[in-house]
Amino acid sequence: MSYTRPTFRHPEAHKNQLGYTRTAYEGSISTLCAGCGHDSIVNSIITAFFEMSIEPHRIVKLSGIGCSSKTPAYFLNRSHGFNSVHGRMPSVATGANMANRELIYLGVSGDGDTASIGMGQFTHVVRRNLDMVYIVMNNGCYGLTKGQDSATADKGSKSRKGAPVALESIDLCELALGLGAGFVARGFSGDKKQLVPMLKAAIAHKGLAFVDVVSPCVTFNNAPTSTKSYSWVREHMEITNTFDFIPLRQEITTDYPHGSSIPVTLHDGSMISLYKREDKEIITNRQEAINALEQARSASQVLTGILFLNPDSSDFHDINNTITTPLNRLGEKELCPGNDILQAFNDSLR
Amino acid sequence: MKKISRINDFVIRFANVNGSGSASANNLFAKVVYRLGVPVSPKNVFPSNIQGLPTWYEVRVNQRGYLGRRGGADFVVAVNGQTMEEDYRMVEPGGYFLYDSTRPLPDSFRRDDLTIIDIPLTRLCNEAFSDNRVRQLMKNIIYIGALAHLLDIGLEPVVEAVQRQFAKKPKLAEPNVTAIEIGFQYAREHHRNSCALSIRPSAVVGDRVLLDGNSATALGALYAGATVAGWYPITPSTSVIEAFERFAGRYRIDPDTGQRRYAVVQAEDELAAIGIAIGGGWNGARSFTATSGPGISLMAEFLGLAYFAEIPVVLIDVQRSGPSTGMPTRTQQSDLLACAYASHGDTRNVLLVPADPNECFTMTADAFDLADRLQTPVIVMSDLDLGMNDHLSAPLSWPDERRYDRGKVLGADELDRLEKKWGRYLDIDRDGICYRTLPGTHPEKGAYVTRGTSHTEYAAYTEESAAYERGMKRLLNKWETARCLVPLPECTIRNDRGDCAVIYYGSTTAAALEALDRLKESDIILNSMRIKAFPFQKEVFEFIDRHDTVFIIEQNRDAQMRILLAGECQLAPGKLKPVINFNGLPITARMITNQIHSALLGTRQAIPASNRAAAPEGLS
Ligand SMILES: Cc1ncc(C[n+]2csc(CCOP(=O)(O)OP(=O)(O)O)c2C)c(N)n1
Ligand code: SF4
Ligand SMILES: [Mg+2]
Repeated sequence: MSYTRPTFRHPEAHKNQLGYTRTAYEGSISTLCAGCGHDSIVNSIITAFFEMSIEPHRIVKLSGIGCSSKTPAYFLNRSHGFNSVHGRMPSVATGANMANRELIYLGVSGDGDTASIGMGQFTHVVRRNLDMVYIVMNNGCYGLTKGQDSATADKGSKSRKGAPVALESIDLCELALGLGAGFVARGFSGDKKQLVPMLKAAIAHKGLAFVDVVSPCVTFNNAPTSTKSYSWVREHMEITNTFDFIPLRQEITTDYPHGSSIPVTLHDGSMISLYKREDKEIITNRQEAINALEQARSASQVLTGILFLNPDSSDFHDINNTITTPLNRLGEKELCPGNDILQAFNDSLR
Repeated sequence: MKKISRINDFVIRFANVNGSGSASANNLFAKVVYRLGVPVSPKNVFPSNIQGLPTWYEVRVNQRGYLGRRGGADFVVAVNGQTMEEDYRMVEPGGYFLYDSTRPLPDSFRRDDLTIIDIPLTRLCNEAFSDNRVRQLMKNIIYIGALAHLLDIGLEPVVEAVQRQFAKKPKLAEPNVTAIEIGFQYAREHHRNSCALSIRPSAVVGDRVLLDGNSATALGALYAGATVAGWYPITPSTSVIEAFERFAGRYRIDPDTGQRRYAVVQAEDELAAIGIAIGGGWNGARSFTATSGPGISLMAEFLGLAYFAEIPVVLIDVQRSGPSTGMPTRTQQSDLLACAYASHGDTRNVLLVPADPNECFTMTADAFDLADRLQTPVIVMSDLDLGMNDHLSAPLSWPDERRYDRGKVLGADELDRLEKKWGRYLDIDRDGICYRTLPGTHPEKGAYVTRGTSHTEYAAYTEESAAYERGMKRLLNKWETARCLVPLPECTIRNDRGDCAVIYYGSTTAAALEALDRLKESDIILNSMRIKAFPFQKEVFEFIDRHDTVFIIEQNRDAQMRILLAGECQLAPGKLKPVINFNGLPITARMITNQIHSALLGTRQAIPASNRAAAPEGLS
């Protein structure tokens, strides 16, 4: 079965700069469990793209396999999507991005999809600094195969079945930092106010932007003893910074109270405006970010916010020195050297 | 003792130590023979090691143009102490054994049916050169100089070849020329009439070139407009990508900006390599990867996705000896079944099977058209022998008026002009091939989610049995279209009796053609067919149909083509008889004739008198 949403909307529904209403950014109706954290993230994704006024057809959504990886069907119906194989989204994204560097690439994965079967591809796409947003909807379990512990489940944490996790957990943000990612953030599916600007900043970032979103699985991993449950995260969430994302040539409007703010300019001229809170504002220092994550871990806290940002990172096309015209637009004239060169090649063998 | 005395018809084998610089010396020899217009076929037998293990280079010189391995060696150049005994033993009676006489031959070397050619390579080298590395390299060049005398080549052709090789670095040519002269002089003084093998200039080679299959494959991809390559190093496919990168670095640089019109991504493994190629193909760039057996196993899951979600991608399989890591530097044709049905579920993949470098070029180029046209993976089945060895081959050529067939891709205007609702998997033309769209094409139309889960004609997820079955049946319909598009087999009908025939494919071709001639000499005249592709066309079925017995010649243990044919053509198992070699070295004409001879002797009753076998030759 597949579902599509009714397309009727109130005629006065809010429009973005392109004249599109939010509908233009929606997808088919979700088939996830009611209350699943993934659905909230979907909503934030829709809001972020809608508010940034990005043409939906210029976005490419890719995913692996899992409940989380199903979500690209639930947003951006006007974008091409690719629901690939388990753990292999990063390679498909790499090829797609190589073929056309002009589009915006959004990868959606799960903690099983990324931290287990896809660990190799995850680490290497980070290393490559592919220009994409990489979202992990992190519920500490394998939702789609009915709740087995994943590699991000915290040691000692108890899932619905009650057995404490015996193995060390993998902190994907810390790993991404170690791999040299240029943008690392952690959000919570239940905090839209933080997640939406975080996604906007990730979209504006050039190079790989990694966003780990804690996203409770209400069916298999929402017991209060689980560190990926709504109640636990709400109680232990520590916000490293509050910030607003300011697209290029747009006025600063924010829900946060005005205080002293620190701007960080992204490659395309848009800005992140960080609201100073204690001494945690230095987000361009990788060392600090790793320290902050380690401190939060020992204090049993979930540290959220933009943890690290390198506004001048060069992406994989820069490294490859690829031509600016998308490769998929080149034809015989640009690609085929012609028969004369082949004849010269024959002669060189003689 | 009767010396082997032949002109332009012998096998010379060089026994070296890997990493000692012998490869370029031995290549030089093959090149000189080629330039004299004499058909030559060099084969490198090398270890999976960088330095220190034995390696052999076998050069067949054959005026009649037989280019497969013959088996045996008439002349052995033995410069590897480790294998000296074995090398000595394998010289054909009446043959020649050249060794480095700086150290004397052990007493156990007592054959009286061969000619010993002793040349103190090390001593001559040490006298002439002082640098250690130069000494090691020039030792190899000295024996090439000696061969120039022994085989009546003369100095000039060899010196000229060296000068051409180092045209850009004349300084490097100097010691080489000196070494050649030293070897030549020494042989002339000490072995004036030792050798009765000889090379005479000829015109038989014509305009053919001497080229390895992997370079030709890389050029095929370049000319076909491939822009995205994902890969992971594995012998013997590595040089496909390396050559592609080299050619692209020369011919695919934007003249104004110096930027690349291609992206070669060295991936973390083969899963990623094919994932990258599939991502690129999905997004409208011609994309490919190259690998060998172990990589094929890893790529299987992704191939199924590309088959089911209908994504064009080209995969070059340069086969080597399996299973598992097997013999990584030896050849085989043993991935056939794995590729034909790669991936779980009912999956089938289009295969193209080139037989020489020229076909590596054309078939690789065609593979991109076919993949785009059929929206499915196309696998080019090369192998180590074809890919890494030089072969005499028709020169490459490209019709400049040729246009890429990008298949059924809808642009924005076409989407706007559509009267009916577009469906990604809607079979409008009834050929099983549907219209696809690329990301970013149109603001409102043509978007869909590509998936490996079952889908409707409109690309929506479905678990409805009927919709799933419709999709799977349409893919079979597309398979029928593929059958009409892939290259036809090459059939040669030599008699109209329907008793027996042979089928061969790929790099087995050269040895099979020679075997057919040899069988003819003993009055066994067989019809033959070379298969070039999978799916098989009706011509393949008909050819098998008109014969009682068909020998399938191939290079794997389990007779995989026989299994494939028996299944696909629904044949009784007895009809197809295996003729195989799976020892990792290229199959020889002798192996083929021997096996066919003994099979025919076994069924003597069924064979007409005129077609009866003569006594088989000795096994090799
Ligand atoms: C190769 C392969 N192995 C196993 C599976 C089965 N499988 C499907 S989803 C999944 C785990 C998904 O977990 P996660 O990525 O965390 O997604 P979630 O459902 O939790 O959002 C597994 C093991 C598969 N589809 N493919
Ligand atoms: S099983 Fe868990 S992850 Fe999957 S849809 Fe339900 S709540 Fe979400
Ligand atoms: Mg999960």
